Amino acid sequence: MDFSFPKEYQLFRRMVREFVENEVRPLAEEIDREHYVPFDAIVKAGKVGLMGVPFPQKYGGIGAGETGYCIFMEEINRVCPSLAAVIGAHTSIGSMAIYLGGTEEQKQKYLVPLARGEKVAAFALTEPEAGSDAAAIKTRAVRDGDDYILNGTKTFITNGAHADVMSVMAVTDPTLGPRGGVTAFIVEKEFPGFQVGTSENKMGIRGSNTAELIFEDCRVPKENVLGQFGAGFVTFMKSLDMGRISLGAACLGGADACLESSIQWAKTRQQFGGPIAHKQSVHFMIADMATEIEALRSLVYRTAWMVDTGQPFSKEAAMCKVYGSEVIHRCIDSTLQIHGALGYSRDFWVERAFRDQRITEIFEGTSEIQRIVIATHLFRPEGVRISA
Amino acid sequence: MDFALTEEQRMFQKMFRDFVANEIAPLAEEIDDQEKLPPAVLDKAAGQGFLGALLPEEFEGAALDTISYCLLLEELGKACTSTAVAVSVHNGLAAKTILDNGTGDQKGKCLPPMALGEKIGSFALTEPSAGSDVTALETRARHDGEDYVLNGCKTWVSNGEIADVFLVFAATNSGAGDHGISAFIVERDTPGFKVGYREPTMGLRGLTCNTLYLDDCRLPAANLLGQEGEGLKIAAKALDFACLSLSAICLGGAQAALEAGVQFSIEHVEFGGPIALKQAIQNFIADTAAEIESLRYLVYHTAWLADQGDGYTREASIAKLIGSEVAMRAANKMLQVHGGFGYMREYAIERLYRDFRALRIMQGTSEMQRFVIARDILREKGIQIEP
Repeated sequence: MDFSFPKEYQLFRRMVREFVENEVRPLAEEIDREHYVPFDAIVKAGKVGLMGVPFPQKYGGIGAGETGYCIFMEEINRVCPSLAAVIGAHTSIGSMAIYLGGTEEQKQKYLVPLARGEKVAAFALTEPEAGSDAAAIKTRAVRDGDDYILNGTKTFITNGAHADVMSVMAVTDPTLGPRGGVTAFIVEKEFPGFQVGTSENKMGIRGSNTAELIFEDCRVPKENVLGQFGAGFVTFMKSLDMGRISLGAACLGGADACLESSIQWAKTRQQFGGPIAHKQSVHFMIADMATEIEALRSLVYRTAWMVDTGQPFSKEAAMCKVYGSEVIHRCIDSTLQIHGALGYSRDFWVERAFRDQRITEIFEGTSEIQRIVIATHLFRPEGVRISA
Repeated sequence: MDFALTEEQRMFQKMFRDFVANEIAPLAEEIDDQEKLPPAVLDKAAGQGFLGALLPEEFEGAALDTISYCLLLEELGKACTSTAVAVSVHNGLAAKTILDNGTGDQKGKCLPPMALGEKIGSFALTEPSAGSDVTALETRARHDGEDYVLNGCKTWVSNGEIADVFLVFAATNSGAGDHGISAFIVERDTPGFKVGYREPTMGLRGLTCNTLYLDDCRLPAANLLGQEGEGLKIAAKALDFACLSLSAICLGGAQAALEAGVQFSIEHVEFGGPIALKQAIQNFIADTAAEIESLRYLVYHTAWLADQGDGYTREASIAKLIGSEVAMRAANKMLQVHGGFGYMREYAIERLYRDFRALRIMQGTSEMQRFVIARDILREKGIQIEP
């Protein structure tokens, strides 16, 4: 057992933090207000290889593995959850689906420019009538000569309006069910029959785009079947498993920023003749935050280690997501409470963080879905099959 | 014991419900979006007598009992938190405080136009360095001949942008500690008085919270409310009533959240049926409903106590503490029921979630309510505690 980070990870964290402090923090408020991540500026500034952190160098990434990616997402989300959402949708799931399921040619053609940050990815699974129940998707793909014709609508797609490349899940054989009957496709935004619908007006992560994608007789060449025909559901679920760990890491970073800020504010804010850091109510809030953050940190990096060492991690990944999102919920709530009215004002980052946080309990699998995943893993060895 | 509303209270309740459904609910989204109350909202509320809800008929008021008044706030709270808080600040913190403490002249001059909605009321206590600790306020009122001259600044003053009559708390004798603070009636157009910075709030966006500047603001002695040095006593009594009022708004708000969540759970299908069929969703609904029913009788009982004429400080703080936390949990759980839809501005639950977060802070944070409750309990055991 060795719980210390190797030196190269420590260096990497320092590099990412420097980048975030210099290039992202000054823009974080504006990103929320203007509903836009100045993507090109940030990507160009990002000498750290922002868009392909977990992928091997031969695919344009920096080969930091899941552990490095968690460090990276932790640091980004300390400061700008909108940017974390954009990078997460691009990397953790959009590009990840191609990395996990794609052929070598597809990886060279699509993953390399994505990982290099030359193109932006999205992950198109959710539909108006298929949210938590991903197997209920209705988007259809029908063979037509050398192409597939896609018809359907995807909703709540992060990066939807800006993505160049989308991993899209569609039904290819309704008689076979999700395993076998669902195929993933790589769709380029220029493909005929594809269009971006309306963008959502959200509570938080307002700098990230969330859009509807419309496929109307969208023609996709058969080479763009992502990996194996009929294996789409499995590829997508594996991508989501992966995404959950780095989401937990993002929550860890956000929660840690809350703790730090709460301590500083408690030292500064004077009430009743001294700093509120002298009040037991504040001590206990801060002690609870710190305890949960340490538990989350251990969970996240142990799970990342499981990925990097080739062990099964699906149950632990769901734990990272549900625990992480609920820890940051409690942390930002206490942080706002400690800051009092200031925390409720859009003049200060706490207000934005409070709005931003709430999505983490919902997107990429709600807390309820995570609990179902965890329970499924626990009951399966007991011979009990559970359904949602 | 009789838990039933009187016939009159039921009649009022129906009237409030109809008014709110017709006049307020359709505007709630716009109020949040535009970040202001359309003038028509307060005009119509005034037309119904709601802006003189607590005032006797001699001042053009509707003379509601406190339970009926809470029913009004509950109904307003169901539709629009911003409107409900604006109305409660006007009625409970401003008009009622003048009624309880004012001279005949002050009441005769201020209250009828307030009841008719010609003048809106506000209450200015908080300062940059005096939030939970109101004794730390730095606004000074010095004697100058027959007048007082006020200097200082107030923050987070609800109704700041729309009010005409402000109750301003200032130190008349800075050496006297808690007993050195006095209350003043300040009209908006008084020289030296200025309404400034509007706080950009997360929610409650229809409520205007402003900074007030008092710069050699000269007031005749006739504008002193109550006796000199009575300011904190006046404020404490007003805040008891404000706590009760907010708890009624929380009760309405929590119900609106529950209703929205229940409706969504019936309409939204996942895994082959409405999500209302899932146990996890049912638990959210049941827990929220259980909390709302506990809150309901806490609010009504506290309102009843307020009408009995004895002190009800502990109960008001309990109602505010529980109310604000129940409302927030309700919004949180029902947002979760909505899934991704709950995060979108077009669904009311998104607004409720932002709105309700203010309630655990404004008019006494949860921490201050806990202090008040514990202080009251421990005092009976002979133990004095400090915040």
